[in-house]
This record gives sequence, structure tokens and C-alpha cells, in this order.
Amino acid sequence: MPDSVMTDHTRQMQAYWTKLDTRFPQAEAVFDACMTEALALLTPTEIDAYLEAARGIGKLGRGVEPLLEFMTEWPSTVQAVGATALPTVMATIQAMQKSPNSSAMTPFLSTMAPVAHRLQSPELFQQYLNITLDLMARTTGSIHGHHTTFPSPGLPDFLAQAPRLLNLLSLGGLKKWVDYGIRNYHSHPERQKDFFSLQSADSRAVLQRERSGTLLVDVTRSLDLYLRGLWQDEEQLIPYSTAFDELRKPIPYYDQLGIRLPDVQEDLGDIQAIDRYRAVLAHITGHRRWSHPQIADNWSPFQRMAVEFFEDCRIDTLLIREYPGLRRLFLALHPHPAEKACDPETTSCLRHRLVMLSRALLDPQHGYHDEDLNAYVPRFHAALEHGASSTGEIATLALSYVAKTRRQSDQFAKIHFDNTVVDYRDDNRQLWQFIESGDEEAAFDEPRKIEPQEITGLPPRHYSEWDYHSQSYRPDWVSLYEAIHPSGNAADIDRLLQKHAGLAKQLKKMLDWLKPQDKVRIRYQEEGSELDLDVAIRSLIDFKGGSTPDPRINMSHRTNGRSIAVMLLLDLSESLNEKVAGSEQTILELSQEAVSLLAWSIEQLGDPFAIAGFNSNTRFEVRYQHIKGYSEGWNDDVKARLAAMRAGYSTRMGAALRHAAHYLEAQKADKKLMLILTDGQPADIDTTDDRLLIEDARQAVKELDQKGIFPYCISLDASLKAGEDDYVRDIFGQHYTVIDHIERLPERLPQLFMSLTR
Amino acid sequence: MIDKNQYLIHTEPFYQPQRNEIALYEAAYRNKLPVMVKGPTGCGKSRFVEYMAWKLGKPLITVACNEDMTASDLVGRYLLDANGTRWLDGPLTTAARIGAMCYLDEIVEARQDTTVVIHPLTDHRRTLPLDKKGELIHAHPDFQLVISYNPGYQTLMKDLKQSTKQRFTAFDFDYPAAELEAQIVAKETGADAILAAKLVKIGNVARNLKGHGLDEGISTRLLVYAATLIHDGVDPIDACRMALVRPITDDADIRETLDHAIDATFA
Ligand SMILES: Nc1ncnc2c1ncn2[C@@H]1O[C@H](COP(=O)(O)OP(=O)(O)OP(=O)(O)O)[C@@H](O)[C@H]1O
Ligand SMILES: [Mg+2]
Repeated sequence: MPDSVMTDHTRQMQAYWTKLDTRFPQAEAVFDACMTEALALLTPTEIDAYLEAARGIGKLGRGVEPLLEFMTEWPSTVQAVGATALPTVMATIQAMQKSPNSSAMTPFLSTMAPVAHRLQSPELFQQYLNITLDLMARTTGSIHGHHTTFPSPGLPDFLAQAPRLLNLLSLGGLKKWVDYGIRNYHSHPERQKDFFSLQSADSRAVLQRERSGTLLVDVTRSLDLYLRGLWQDEEQLIPYSTAFDELRKPIPYYDQLGIRLPDVQEDLGDIQAIDRYRAVLAHITGHRRWSHPQIADNWSPFQRMAVEFFEDCRIDTLLIREYPGLRRLFLALHPHPAEKACDPETTSCLRHRLVMLSRALLDPQHGYHDEDLNAYVPRFHAALEHGASSTGEIATLALSYVAKTRRQSDQFAKIHFDNTVVDYRDDNRQLWQFIESGDEEAAFDEPRKIEPQEITGLPPRHYSEWDYHSQSYRPDWVSLYEAIHPSGNAADIDRLLQKHAGLAKQLKKMLDWLKPQDKVRIRYQEEGSELDLDVAIRSLIDFKGGSTPDPRINMSHRTNGRSIAVMLLLDLSESLNEKVAGSEQTILELSQEAVSLLAWSIEQLGDPFAIAGFNSNTRFEVRYQHIKGYSEGWNDDVKARLAAMRAGYSTRMGAALRHAAHYLEAQKADKKLMLILTDGQPADIDTTDDRLLIEDARQAVKELDQKGIFPYCISLDASLKAGEDDYVRDIFGQHYTVIDHIERLPERLPQLFMSLTR
Repeated sequence: MIDKNQYLIHTEPFYQPQRNEIALYEAAYRNKLPVMVKGPTGCGKSRFVEYMAWKLGKPLITVACNEDMTASDLVGRYLLDANGTRWLDGPLTTAARIGAMCYLDEIVEARQDTTVVIHPLTDHRRTLPLDKKGELIHAHPDFQLVISYNPGYQTLMKDLKQSTKQRFTAFDFDYPAAELEAQIVAKETGADAILAAKLVKIGNVARNLKGHGLDEGISTRLLVYAATLIHDGVDPIDACRMALVRPITDDADIRETLDHAIDATFA
């Protein structure tokens, strides 16, 4: 290409391409799309690392597949869990390369992004990689009686199943399931394969067993609503796994990135798992509202521990003040150790004392007799009597408590830990500032002012997209913007209808056949099926009184018995601008005529119906244009929008189907019909794999079925006649018609509708 | 002649002012400016208008608008009688003749061709042409037009035309601040202050979720309902579920969150 026409953009792309340094033509085909996505999601340094890594993978001599998978999956992986895992990802690939496991590379890379989206945290993703490496190390080359090395029989299946497994299991559960498989099928290649591909019965049984508790990812929306609704707070919720640190179980905490919570939570007695999450969130919100960091350096570890217990109780007390019902929840989760559980002659009892005090500060029925405890409970409540008190004031009280109750044995190495962990409380890392050791602890955020968010315009809706490679959804993958279609001149549509007056007459006869018998009147019709006597008399009075009579003296009938709601979804992508072979009209113009006639027909029948158009410009921008809503009649506003119908951009059909479905689903009708008028196959500029959006549309159609919606596609794709690659059938099964003579669309579309709803 | 008295409000309605809206309304009325009251459902718009009519001592004619309403329903029409035809004034015409406040509630529900009949009454002309009757009414000096609408569910579809909007002075109502709203609930129902405050708290949880799965929060009206049920002896938690949560949403996550808020509020 001559230098003069090369834009900065293409020059930059050239430079990236050079950096990738590959000769695979398949890589060239996806390169632009991958880079577009990568540029949107990665920092410049991450872009460099991305290309460098891709280059390495391309030169492994394992064909183009691993390279393609890496290029398409990595940006999305980074979006979910950041880029920190890249060295381990590369190390894993190296390990596969060096072992006989190179065939696992492609499944590994191809499910990486869905796995990352399920895990949502770099730490968990790292642990997932560790599980993978561990599985590989323990199942490679050890088949009984042979001395050569064999590839791991289960690894590729495991990697292919990983997203599905993580939909059911926490990472800890996954690890146990993997361990079971390794232990039992270590030296049975066939059975190992069955296990890891979920074919064998015990594989499924273990899966069920590990599948307990409530996964954080499954209740995130509820918890977001909880934070926002009850506390006017919002924060990223990031899971961690409790399955990997045997010695020190991780405790909830929060930092700049968000609130860290266990990835899975069990019910506890009659406390539901979600309420345990809520308790943690309430407690953390309380700190964010009312705690101020203290200088840690001057205080001993014992003193700090006491300050933390007192401050936690202050926070819980203030929380209960806001929502008294929290007391029951907190107490159900708070330990209530026996007073004599710890022996001060042999053991350090400070923790035990503080937990009892903590209990007593929240629970009027604590039942403890200790004198000091019973002296400090009223002092604590007195401090909080008129207001919120403060971290500083309560710390002073805590220090005096430590001084008052000090025992020699507090210094003993043997510490009483039993029943002293309050598991809805965070680790209080934000409570301390260390002057000496610099800023190793992040400073406490300024007391946050929480301002309710204004909602301006229509925010995008997010829809998942089906990834057939991994057989899983990419969560919240597509952003869909809904808007009212711009308006043109309603009279243009009336003119089109006029042009087809003959056809309308014919249709009307058919329509009358379709109408069921129980009818309700629609009055004030200029043309109707019979005279409306009331209105006619009124008009007559006007006429006699010398003024202009209202000509709308007829009425017609709307049916009650026919219960069908219709959604007409129009593909408004660029290709509609093409002229129909042997005609002066474009597909768009013909569609306009056809839709007008159809709308007119449906209105005659009285079925509630809506019309919307869609097109897309990458997954970040699917536009859904509202043309007619269920509550609007076939009026001038609607006609004006139809008159202004324009086509452009691409066809990301799945998201549009899902969005249209959510309107249609809300209709109260026995039968719900979604008509999709389109002239080509789903496609978008950021997707090079043709199958991907076809498969996603097919999946969306399945979802429609589950919602009781009957989808039907009217395809104007002329190429289909040739009987080539029949994607319409793939997507819609039997539910489609191809219109071969597009000129006849205006006639065919209403007829088709009638035959579908007869 | 029409009996003006039937439209007068004789006993003072309870109205809790939020700011200086009473004085502002009086100023608008003094100067014959039409008024529009905007705000979410059940926040006290109708109550305010009623109160102002009482305070100003003027008759109030209220019309609940709907989409089947035609211009004749507002203006009037001829009827047949023994001697031929007889003209019957519509509510708008009556109000213009007798000098009443005419309150068009939920004006956006009416079709736009209906809405335009109010235009000549809302500018300096203050006239109402009765085309069919061939009469031009000059509005009584006490006549005033008040409309209400809820910008919340203006959705994509329904909105007032600019040319209609720009004929009105406007009040932007919202749910009152927590203490005020609690007073309202207490005063309306005889509930005690603590109960009222709890109900308002739950109301605000739902209002925080507006736009996140809820189109509208819980209205003052619903809070009044809940307090009424509780006052009648219904268990508070049941009353709240029934009056505050079930009416506004079918979204399971939101229900669950609001149910939890109720449990957390009533210990
Ligand atoms: N400021 C207030 N003073 C007294 N009562 C109030 C006030 N605000 C709200 N209310 C109570 O709320 C109820 C609903 O108010 P109202 O009927 O005026 O609502 P609205 O705004 O007209 O609602 P809609 O848009 O649904 O018609 C009233 O019946 C009353 O009990
Ligand atoms: Mg009202």
C-alpha cells in the first residue's frame, strides 16, 4: 500500500503485525479484530507483552491453533482477572511443550477466558493454573508397566470442561474433584479420560458432593442490591478461595480494588449463606462509614487486638441502630464461648476474654459473670449513648480494659483459639497506619461521601453471548443501547399503503376469516365494520346544529379471544441498502412496505404487537431501535419512525433477540410470536469466526423456546437459494422461510403472518 | 346556573409542606399563571392541589385523564333532547365559566390532540373556543389550570409536547425528606413516630434501587397503606410485604433484598 494513503492507524497496526512476526494466514485474518479488542482492554505495556507472548506461541511449532486461541482469548482474560497471570500462563504452555502434553495447549487457551470470567480474581485464576499444572504433573507418563512417557489422558478433557465445572463448583470444590480423579484413575488412561470428561458415574457423583454452599458469583446481583439499597454503597465484590491456605484461613477484607469475600458460603443452622455474606458486607460498610485509622506503632499487639474488638463492636452497635434486625443475624454468627473454656494457668486467655466481652457488648443475654466484663459493658454503652463515639475514644476504652485485665499468662505461647473467630468481621487492615515501615498498608480512604448515582439517558443493558468453543456463556459480553428510532414523515407510509390498496383489500378478506368471535368495540373509526349509533347521532346533532360533524362514526371490533402477542424484529444492517436484482428498490424500501402492510394487518386483528430494529458495531455497541411499542397504536408516530428507517453497520443478532424477548415475555398472551426479518447471517466486525455469532443466535433461539416464545425467521438472503451453507436452519431449526422473490415481500409477509397464526 | 359550592373543599385537607411551595403557588395563582406539578407516583401532588384549592377558597374540578379521552370530553358536546339538541359543558368549560381550578391529573395519558385544546386557556388570551357551539369563552378571573404528571414513567413513548410544557410554571415534587415523610405517615394514619420512621426507611431502600431493576421506588401512598394495615393489627412484616414489596416488583433478587430490609428493620 502506498505510504501516502496509510493512516496512522494502519501504520500502527502494521507495526503490531510486524511484532507478532508470524506467517500464518489464519492469524492475519483475525488480527485486526483481536487488536481492536486488545487495544480497548489492555494498557500499552500489556499490548507489548501480549504480542510478545503470541509471537512465542506462534513459534512453538504446534500449528496455528494455539496462537489463534491465545490471541482471541487473552484480552478477555485480562478484562476479568488482569494481566498478572501471563508469566504463569506462559510457563504452563512451556510445560506442555516440554512434556508430551502439547495437545492440551489448545483446550487450555480456548477456555481460559470463560474460566477467568467465572473466577473474577487474579489470585483465584493463579490457583486454577496451579491445579492445571498439578494435574498435568501427576498424570503424565506414569502408566503402569510402561517406561516411555505418555501424555496425561485426562488433561485435555479437564481443560475443555473447566468453565462448566466452575459454573457448579467453587475452586476448592474443583480441586477436590480433580484430586479424586487423579488418586483413583492415576494409572487407568481410559477411565481417567472418562472421569475428566464427566462421562463416568463417580465423576458426576463427586461433582454433586462438592457442589454445596452458595457461590458468591451466583448472588452478586443480590448483594449489589443489598449494598446499594440498604447502605447506599457500591463496591466491586471479589471472591477468594478458602480451600488453599490450610494454616491461615483467609478473612474478608477490603482495599482499593474492592471487597474480598469467600467464593463459597454454606448455610449455618437457620442462617442462609446469603445472609452471612450480607453480615460481612454490613460490617465492612460500617467501617467505611465510621472508622478512622489509628497509628499502630505505639501499641503492643495485645493492645491492637483489644482495640479491634472494641471498634468492631462499636461498628456492629451502630449498624444495629440502623437496622435492628441485624442483631439477630450477628448474634447467630458470633461465638458464645463458655466462661470457663480457657485455663489461665496454662494458656493465654486474652482472645477468649475479648470474644466474651464482644459477645456481651452485643448480647444483653450474654450470661457472663466476670466482674471486669460486667463493668466495661455499661462503659461501652455510655460512650455510644449520645451519638456514634469515635475510633479514638473507643480505643482509649480498649486500652484501659487491657490494662485492667492484664495477666501474666497472656504472654504464654499457647493461645486459646477455640471458638473465638467472628467470621462476619473483616481483618481490620484498614484500621491501622504504620509510620515506621512506610506505607506498606494502604491508607484508609477519606471518609467516603456516597452520592446516589444519577441515571441519565438509558444505560446500556448487558447480555451474555454464547461461546460454542467452550460451550458456555461469556457473561455480560454485549452492551446494548436502546433508543427511539428517529422520525420521518408519516405520510410516506400512508402513501405506501395507498399503493398497495388492492393488496390490502385482499388481505382484509383473509383477516376477517382469522378473527374470532368474541369481540370488543373500537369506536371513532372513519372506516369500520359497522355504524356506531351513539357517535353517529352525535355527529348528526353537530350537523343539525350547523357545525362540522365528526366523520369517525364507524366502529370496528377488536378481538378478545385471540391471544397472540407479536414482536417484529428488523435487521437494519448495512446490506439492506442493496438494490434488489432487477428492481429499482432496495431491500430496505421493500421491507418498509412489507412491514407497513403487516403492521396494518396485525392492527386489524387486534393482536398486541411491537416493532424494533437492530444493528451493531462490535459487541460494545448493539443498537436496538424502538419503532412501535405494545402500548402504541398503529399511529402517525409509529409510521413516522418507520418512514425514517435506515440501514447500516452489522448484525449481532443474539443480543437483539434476547432484548426483544424480554419485552415480548412480559406480554400477557397465550402465544408469543417473534418474527425476525433479516437478509443475511449474523456477523459483526469484531468477530472473525463466522460460526460464533451463528451459534450465539442459535443459543438465543433456544432461550426463546424456554421462555415460551415462538421464533420465526423470514430470510431475504438470496444466496440461500443456492442451498449453500444453511445457517438459517442451524439457527431457527424448522422455523423459517426464505423469500426468493423479494419483490413479493409486501404480499408474502402478511400472508405468512396469517398462516402462522391461523 | 351551576352550583359552585359543590366544587368547594370545606374541610382542610392535611398537607405537610416540603418547602415554600404554598407561597409559590399563591404567587402563581395571584398572577393567573398555569401550574404543572411533576413528581413520582404517590408523592402528594393531588393532595397539594386539593390543599391549595381549600386554602384559596376556590372550587376544584378534577379530571383524571386517560387515553380514550377526546377533546369533547373536556370541552363539552351537544346532546339530544325532546326539543332538538342541548349543549352540555365539559369540565374544562365549567371551570372556565365559574372560576374554578381545573386539575388535569396525569395529563400525559391523554392523547396529544386532546391536550392541545388547553393551549388558548394557558396563554395571555385565557379563552376557550367552543367551535361547535360557536362560542368563545373568556375565562373567569378566578380560573386556573393545574396539570400533573409523572416524569418517571414517561418511558420512551409518553411525553408532553414542548409547546404544552412551555405554557406552565412547574413544581418538581419528590418523596419528602425522611423526617417529614415519617410525620406525614404518622399524621395520616395515627401510627407512632417510631413505626413511621421504620416504614420510611424501607421506602428509601427501594428508592435507592431505582434504575437498578426498579422503575419506581415505594411511594408515600404505599407507606400510608402499610401503616394503616399495621394500625389495624396486621403483623408489621406481613403488612410491609403486602403493601410495600409485592405491589412494586416481581424481580426475585429485588424482592429478596426488600424482604431482608424489612426483616432487618423490624427486629
Ligand atoms: N405532603 C403531604 N402531606 C400530606 N399527605 C401526603 C403528602 N405527601 C403524600 N401524602 C400522602 O400520600 C398519599 C398519596 O398522595 P397523592 O394522592 O397526592 O399522590 P400523587 O402524587 O397525586 O400520586 P399519583 O401520581 O399516583 O396520582 C396521600 O393520600 C397522602 O396520604
Ligand atoms: Mg394523584
